[in-house]
Amino acid sequence: MTDWIEIGSVDDIPVLGARIVRKGSANIAVFRTSNDTIYALENKCAHKQGPLSEGIVHGCRVTCPLHNWVFDMQTGEAIGADEGKVPTYPVEVRDGKIFLSLESASNANEPMAANG
Amino acid sequence: MKERLVVIGNGMAGMKVVEELLAQAPDMYDITVFGDEPYGNYNRILLSPVLAGEKTIDDIMLNDIAWYEENNITLHSGCKVDYIDRLAKTVSACDGSKTPYDRLLLATGSKPFILPIPGHKLEGVIGFRDIYDVENMLDTSKLYKKAVVIGGGLLGLEAANGLALNGMDVTVVHLLDTLMERQLDFTAGAMLRQSLEEKGLKFITEGSTEAILGEDRVTGIKLKDGQEIEADIVVMAIGIKPNIELAKKVGIHCERGVVVDDTMLTYDPNIYAVGECAQHRGIAYGLVAPLFDQARVCANHLVHKAYLSYRGSVTSTKLKVTGVDLFSAGDFSGGEGREEIVLKDANSGVYKKLVLNDNKIEGAVLYGDTGDGAWYFQLMRDGTDVSDIRNTLLFGQAHLGDAGHGGSNVMALPNEAEICGCNGVCKGDIVDAISAKKLFTLDDVRAHTKASSSCGSCTGLVEQILANVLGGDYSAAPAEKPMCGCTHYPHDVVRTAIVDQSLKTIPEVMKYLDWENADGCASCRPALNYYLICAWPGEYEDDSQSRFINERVHGNIQRDGTYSIIPRMWGGVTTANELRAIADVTDKFNIREVTITGGQRIALFGIEKKDLPAIWADLGKAGFVSGHAYGKALRTVKTCVGSTWCRFGTQDSTGLGIKLEELTWASWTPHKFKFAVSGCPRNCAEATIKDFGVVCVDSGYELHVGGNGGVKVRVTDLLCKVDTEEEVMEYSGAFMQLYREEAWYLERTAPWVERVGLSSIKARIVDDAENRLALFERFKHGQKFAQIDPWKERAEGDAHKQEFTPLMETA
Ligand code: SRM
Ligand SMILES: Cc1cc2nc3c(=O)[nH]c(=O)nc-3n(C[C@H](O)[C@H](O)[C@H](O)COP(=O)(O)OP(=O)(O)OC[C@H]3O[C@@H](n4cnc5c(N)ncnc54)[C@H](O)[C@@H]3O)c2cc1C
Ligand code: SF4
Ligand code: FES
Repeated sequence: MTDWIEIGSVDDIPVLGARIVRKGSANIAVFRTSNDTIYALENKCAHKQGPLSEGIVHGCRVTCPLHNWVFDMQTGEAIGADEGKVPTYPVEVRDGKIFLSLESASNANEPMAANG
Repeated sequence: MKERLVVIGNGMAGMKVVEELLAQAPDMYDITVFGDEPYGNYNRILLSPVLAGEKTIDDIMLNDIAWYEENNITLHSGCKVDYIDRLAKTVSACDGSKTPYDRLLLATGSKPFILPIPGHKLEGVIGFRDIYDVENMLDTSKLYKKAVVIGGGLLGLEAANGLALNGMDVTVVHLLDTLMERQLDFTAGAMLRQSLEEKGLKFITEGSTEAILGEDRVTGIKLKDGQEIEADIVVMAIGIKPNIELAKKVGIHCERGVVVDDTMLTYDPNIYAVGECAQHRGIAYGLVAPLFDQARVCANHLVHKAYLSYRGSVTSTKLKVTGVDLFSAGDFSGGEGREEIVLKDANSGVYKKLVLNDNKIEGAVLYGDTGDGAWYFQLMRDGTDVSDIRNTLLFGQAHLGDAGHGGSNVMALPNEAEICGCNGVCKGDIVDAISAKKLFTLDDVRAHTKASSSCGSCTGLVEQILANVLGGDYSAAPAEKPMCGCTHYPHDVVRTAIVDQSLKTIPEVMKYLDWENADGCASCRPALNYYLICAWPGEYEDDSQSRFINERVHGNIQRDGTYSIIPRMWGGVTTANELRAIADVTDKFNIREVTITGGQRIALFGIEKKDLPAIWADLGKAGFVSGHAYGKALRTVKTCVGSTWCRFGTQDSTGLGIKLEELTWASWTPHKFKFAVSGCPRNCAEATIKDFGVVCVDSGYELHVGGNGGVKVRVTDLLCKVDTEEEVMEYSGAFMQLYREEAWYLERTAPWVERVGLSSIKARIVDDAENRLALFERFKHGQKFAQIDPWKERAEGDAHKQEFTPLMETA
């Protein structure tokens, strides 16, 4: 079972931007794309822990601000010559509100937990 | 219904147009392609390496048959078009088909010129044009021993070299007294001949072939002077002629080639022509780079965008004979008003010659050491005025005040040599990736190896490696570099489109220029944001999501995700009050480190993002504004104490520095911009390695531009000398504006000055007072909107609050 927490509304995040959610020791970057899709990733680049929330968002990708690695936000995987993966978290949007699940972080290669 | 496009000729030019169409408007046309040859589209250039045994036919396929199917293109391969009915708008082909079109593209290439002498139809007499010819040569070399190549041009020598590598005894017969006379002068031609003779080729120059001998199959040739040479195969490589047979037959206006205008349209408004069959402004090109330029323009019109025009190309060639380094570009025949600069070192086999016309390079011939070919070609294509560097021009780019990288012959380095210092990529890694993954361009290499993708100081080395590993392929890369992987267009085209077409937002630019990725990428978005700010001051609303984090948050991100900030200290001068304020925020916010920077000011390190607005509020109370230490913007104005204190000072350098900083602070620039003002020629403020340096002298002010103290040290050039502080302000503002309007994003003044030439800058700033004033006015106009302290805005307003607060924070 997934434990959803409401973290705010879509409009709280700038288009092509990100905000962070801190819960206990977890530091999660929540992104909004140009078509209002929301993604959540651990805010730690697979290269040298750069804060991905500060990167430039384009398509469903984000470019790390420190050394320009590019990650697919859906899978968390690095694109191109770089190899690495950032854990992703399930998110859902209901009536403009964003719900995030902290428990089922997908750091392995298994598919994300299904809704609800 | 979709429009119907029919393409005649599936060679390199025609398919380039189709590729562009598929990228820009994949659903616009129903495309049918006719190709006389029974294959997909292949890289004709590489037939030489195939003949030489360095590549296989499979290696050189660009688009195989499956590609046409995948893209819903109807391909009639091995099928010749015989007739075009221009009234009914149909083409008839030899397979009996009749295909209607709305638009037609002629890309029929050219044909080898075969001397119409007795015996030219004998078996074994061939040209060097297609896969069939290469296979013919390879088969012959297995059965026979003797070959004659008629023609000592590029193609003939590559054929001769290939045949020799296949074990044949080859004689090259050339009509003139020097080889490759269209590309080389006499000296270089002689050096080339010598090294080819060392490889075993034989030459007969000033030899005119009178007849080809033989009954069914060729047995030899006979020259005008009576000499006979045995041959089992004769390759005619004396030139090509545009293949206009079909166009002529149906009454399309032709001269040497099919005549086209600057949009690649023929005299028939529904028919375009590109490639070797086309004649543009009197020239029919025979190299790939111009054809690709033409294809880009043609596609732009086929998709009804119609804003590109083709104005002709400057071409360069390399001989693709392994072990012989030869590069030639432009026109070197010399003549009235031309000057020649020559370097000849026969012992080490190096010959370099540049032909200048009106201080611009018009032609270049390099033999033995071709490392700087790309650089000369660049200068030639950009029309750079080289008068200021002509003394050292022949020694190469490495001698341009560059104490850093470049220059060395990179191919001589061992495979373990580190090329990219930022990402730790060695030469061997790059070479392997280029070969194994078939990389073509600098961007490909960046994407696959990371080399040259960070600070960029190794770009020249990577380009050298590419050119060496690819050989002839590299010249096939598009002539101008696109801005990034999201677009085909280079910076200049994008900047011009923004202004000419009144494009005022990033999405508008991307839409108009067919960006390939909807939101662009981290490399083009900041560039576009800057171009729009520069073009539309006061009108364009800055897009903070298209800014790199430092410029978005107005501090420098650190390796641990905290920030550093540097308040502005005008001209490097501070006061007890300012120091006290810095001390107070340091205590109050537990700032982890305070340092004196290399830019004469104070930096605070290790600040949490959320604390930034409060710190700025405190600093603001003491009068501080942002120092823009994070921006592609005006950074610092370094000064020395000058005449106020120093026993040598000639002017008030500190005061002038402050005035300059007040004039220019907060302006956004293509890359960072630094000033310095020194009070006398001892130059304690290091003004001669700044973007704009002022050196005060007794009689006034020397203005220096284009310096750089970073990755690649460059000493400034003297722009001019002026008498008053007012003039210093005017010249510096005008210079900065010219740089702002003209340089490419992330191009600092040093490479920009080298690209456009100091003289061209002088002409527009020093010699042309009206233009200088206009630039200065535009600079001041832009500053009206730019000079708002971003720290104050964020400390006081709510507008940027989201940026500094987490979305949610709980235990
Ligand atoms: C703080 C400072 C070093 C110091 O402790 O003194 C500094 C720090 C950085 N420099 Fe610098 N540079 C500093 C003076 C210089 C100087 C000296 C000068 O200006 O007289 C130079 C050489 C002069 C020049 O620019 O020509 C210099 C040449 C560079 C370069 C190479 C630029 C080039 O064109 O080759 C870079 C890389 C870049 O800009 O792409 C760079 C980049 C950087 C960055 C911004 C790297 C980055 O992108 O994060 C560093 C940020 C540190 C941080 O985390 O805050 N820094 N940097 C100096 C700030 C001066 C200031 O008050 O604003
Ligand atoms: C051996 C060799 C080496 C070269 N080396 C270099 C080099 O190093 N650098 C460089 O820049 N350039 C080089 N070139 C030149 C370059 O290959 C050509 O400029 C380029 O291929 C021309 O492209 P195109 O599309 O105009 O013509 P092509 O590639 O010749 O394509 C024309 C096609 O149209 C077909 N066709 C013609 N008429 C009809 C018809 N009626 N119906 C159907 N199909 C038809 C032809 O069969 C042909 O396949 C070299 C050429 C050769 C042969
Ligand atoms: S030289 Fe400049 S960029 Fe390099 S580590 Fe030092 S501050 Fe950073
Ligand atoms: S930490 Fe993200 S790219 Fe280096």
